[in-house]
Amino acid sequence: MSLDDWILALHLLAAFALVASMVGFWVVVAAARSAERPSGVQAALRLSLPFVVLNGIGAVGTLVLGIWLAFSLDGYEIWDGWIIAAIVLWAVAGAAGGRAGREYGQVAERAGELAGAGDAPDTGLAAAMRNPRATALLVVSTVATLLILIDMIWKPGA
Amino acid sequence: MPSLALAIRPDDWNLALFVHVLGAMVLVGGLVTCVVAIVLSRGDARLLRIGWISLLVLGLPGWIAMRAGAEWIYSKEGWGDLPSSDEPAWLGIGYITSELGGVLLLAALICGWIGVRRLRDGGGAGLLMAVNILSVIALAAYVVAIWAMGAKPS
Repeated sequence: MSLDDWILALHLLAAFALVASMVGFWVVVAAARSAERPSGVQAALRLSLPFVVLNGIGAVGTLVLGIWLAFSLDGYEIWDGWIIAAIVLWAVAGAAGGRAGREYGQVAERAGELAGAGDAPDTGLAAAMRNPRATALLVVSTVATLLILIDMIWKPGA
Repeated sequence: MPSLALAIRPDDWNLALFVHVLGAMVLVGGLVTCVVAIVLSRGDARLLRIGWISLLVLGLPGWIAMRAGAEWIYSKEGWGDLPSSDEPAWLGIGYITSELGGVLLLAALICGWIGVRRLRDGGGAGLLMAVNILSVIALAAYVVAIWAMGAKPS
């Protein structure tokens, strides 16, 4: 096996880490939305921390190893349209996902405060958890990630 | 070289590959979510239940899509026309790990189902720990499978 074979395998593993983290984020959001009390919201959002780490590993791994492969393999160039499209989609997914994370982070902070102050159900917290802006950002990040997968398989223009 | 094989792959194989890879990604996502939810549950019955539900609504459909996609692309690539002795090692690794992972997933789902039912009576923690161990073993098998699908050792 060549070094490029190993890099390709690690690139694929990073892609799995990235998508697995997206799956995890959606489960966390669904769990937090269905929680009745602030402590439930806080507990559900606490689950997102390992997915943040996994997302970071997947994002950096796919980009760095993907760029390596674009330079190293015959037949591919970094300026190929499908590779540029993947990099743009990667940036969109990361930016939208990061902003969604900040929005949900604020909700987690509020949930922690409310949980420590009697843990009574709070309509403001429930509304914040259903914030359409945060949901839309997570949708954008997920769709961009899915488009990267489609781009990697179909390789339009390659 | 696998990258060369990917580059010259006929376009009508792509959908089968997409179903296979997306199914595998959802499967891995379901397994990771299950492990994270159970490990970080701190005994919270709701989070333990979420762990098992992740396995049921993500892991199981993901496994089915992964296996269906695998069979689909296997037939398109014509591996079935070759004697099994001529099949490359990565294909064998893929089969073994996906089948082993499927058995582990099924066992985890059954343990989890019983465990989640017992949560109402304050029990089930041991069974959900078993779900976690089975999920971790399945995840390890799938990491090997992903490596084999990427590196394609002969």
